[in-house]
Amino acid sequence: MTDIAATAPAVVGRSLWGDAWARLKANRAAMFSLYYLAFIAVISVFGPSLVPHRYTTIYADYVRTPPSFSSYPKADMIETALKEAIKRMRVDIKEWRQDGNRIFVTVTSPKPIDDRNVRYLDRSDAFDDTKIESKSPDALEAVMSASIRQQYFLFGTDNTGRDLLSRTLMAGRISLAIGLLAGVVAGVIGVLYGATAGFVGGKVDEVLMRIVDVLYSLPFIFFVIMLVVFFGRNFVLMFLAVGAVLWLDMARIVRGQALSIRRQEYVQAAEAMGVGQRGILIRHVIPNLLGPVVIYMTLLVPQVIILESFLSFLGLGVQEPMTSWGVLISTGAHNIGSANWLLLFPAFFLVSTLFALNFVGDGLRDALDPRDR
Amino acid sequence: MLRYVLRRLLTAIPTLFVIVTMAFFLIRVAPGGPFNQERGLSPEIRANLEAQFGLNDPLWLQYVHYLGNLLRGNFGPSYNLPDFTVTELFARGLPVSIQIGASALILALLLGSILGTIAALNQNKIGDYSVIALAAAGSTIPTFVIAPVIQLLFGLTWKLLPIGGWGDGALLNKVGPVLTLALPQIAIVARLMRGSMIESLRSHHIRTARALGLSDWSVVVKHALRGAILPIVSFTGPAAAALLTGSIIVETIFAVPGVGRYFVDAALNRDYTLVMGTVVVIALFTIVFNLIVDVMYAFVDPRVRYD
Repeated sequence: MTDIAATAPAVVGRSLWGDAWARLKANRAAMFSLYYLAFIAVISVFGPSLVPHRYTTIYADYVRTPPSFSSYPKADMIETALKEAIKRMRVDIKEWRQDGNRIFVTVTSPKPIDDRNVRYLDRSDAFDDTKIESKSPDALEAVMSASIRQQYFLFGTDNTGRDLLSRTLMAGRISLAIGLLAGVVAGVIGVLYGATAGFVGGKVDEVLMRIVDVLYSLPFIFFVIMLVVFFGRNFVLMFLAVGAVLWLDMARIVRGQALSIRRQEYVQAAEAMGVGQRGILIRHVIPNLLGPVVIYMTLLVPQVIILESFLSFLGLGVQEPMTSWGVLISTGAHNIGSANWLLLFPAFFLVSTLFALNFVGDGLRDALDPRDR
Repeated sequence: MLRYVLRRLLTAIPTLFVIVTMAFFLIRVAPGGPFNQERGLSPEIRANLEAQFGLNDPLWLQYVHYLGNLLRGNFGPSYNLPDFTVTELFARGLPVSIQIGASALILALLLGSILGTIAALNQNKIGDYSVIALAAAGSTIPTFVIAPVIQLLFGLTWKLLPIGGWGDGALLNKVGPVLTLALPQIAIVARLMRGSMIESLRSHHIRTARALGLSDWSVVVKHALRGAILPIVSFTGPAAAALLTGSIIVETIFAVPGVGRYFVDAALNRDYTLVMGTVVVIALFTIVFNLIVDVMYAFVDPRVRYD
């Protein structure tokens, strides 16, 4: 007799999470969004230190320069910057010429020219490495040379002459960090609260859920503004508090899930077989709760990011010179007439991140919720 | 039905009471007061002002006074806009906010339902996908991005609309705020409608109607719509309450003199009466519209009975 069992291929079972991961990998929009989010996270975390400009550095000569792939100063800006610097020196330009990357300027003055005057050229954002090439014996005429400082402002600069690229990346760091931080706070509170209500049930459940109902009926923005009033300008503390307000939905979802899982037949079967409360919790309830919790977490993070931007937009959130996407969009909205890139770049970053988070959330829902397929 | 409405109104009273109480004490424990501004008043003037508004009484007494006034429909004077009572402020701002909010709500309900129905009828075709994409965009892009982009495109680039301002309610001035408010709501309604319409089109009575040879139009509009509209009805309650009480973002960006700004300004200036007034108005709108929606439910769906 042949042994059938030996020839049959071994069946490898797939866990709930392996299964979900496979389904998620098949969802191209979600996977692309996941890569995109990783990309945004990486450039936000490492970008600000790699970009040649610091997010706080003010370039007084480059206020509101439009975004450009070529370097600044532009050919026509050199003369303006030069004249500006020479004017501060309180001497007169006789002639100037550009030779490759260096400019040579001949200046005259009724009084002897001090060597220290070169600092006025160095101070300009357009030049550095200024030297006195030659000086007439009476020191009334001098030739100075300076090299042109080539700088790139890929996203342009803002109202005070700060590089928008480094500011946008820094803003991303803050917005994402706040989103995660407050999201996790809200998630943890919501899960604990909802799970307690769902498991303990009875009178406790009744009271806990009544509290949630009352909190729901208070205008949400009232809460947030009260927190701003209490915690002032300490934004880490404030967003911990904001997270502490956003847990209501999570609590309801978790409670509903917990209640329905407890009534499932497989839980009854486990109880009938003598599995203890602990066993049921670990084997049945937690794995089944994780799905909705993970899905709702991916929705919470964009909610927090929007809320943070909203508060910063009103001037209640992150304070200058620190920045966030909401702060940048707010500045952009006030300058749409003269400098629309101030709105467009941060808005693109914020909106594309929110889109990506939503796609990942949808993908996770499809992957984790077997009923919804 | 009448008894149901009465009972709902009665149960609203304790809810309102709890909200008023919580808001009253929350704003009072916040540091600062209405008269400690940066410009600084002399201590004597401040003492007089506080005495005039009864701010020196014990907190519980102030609370009792406030409740008493509230019961008589008196919201009190605004502390930071001293020539106005809170009632006057709402009489001026609320009509503006309601005009914009109601227009946005109607636009959202009409356009959202139409788009959702189109998507449901063309399921998994190009029409469906474009509506889904639009809905995703509408519900993802925050209003404080939509509003300046509308200003940039329609106001500055194409010069079709004024950039902001109310213009005494001129039609063109309302387009920007209404569009900004409506877009996210259109997205939500379209999504809800698509889902419920697909469900409704699958039901037996639709199959029967089709089998009887009714036209597509009559099947969709007369038979499928009625079943599909329930989620939209329940969406309308909270949405109406939120839209009609003004949006701070839209009113700030478009410089519209509505009530949306009151809340934030009042809370930051500790204008206690105005904060409380706003809380009460928003709570009232929420309670009333939720009640209206529940009553409408009974008309749309005869299976729903209240007794």
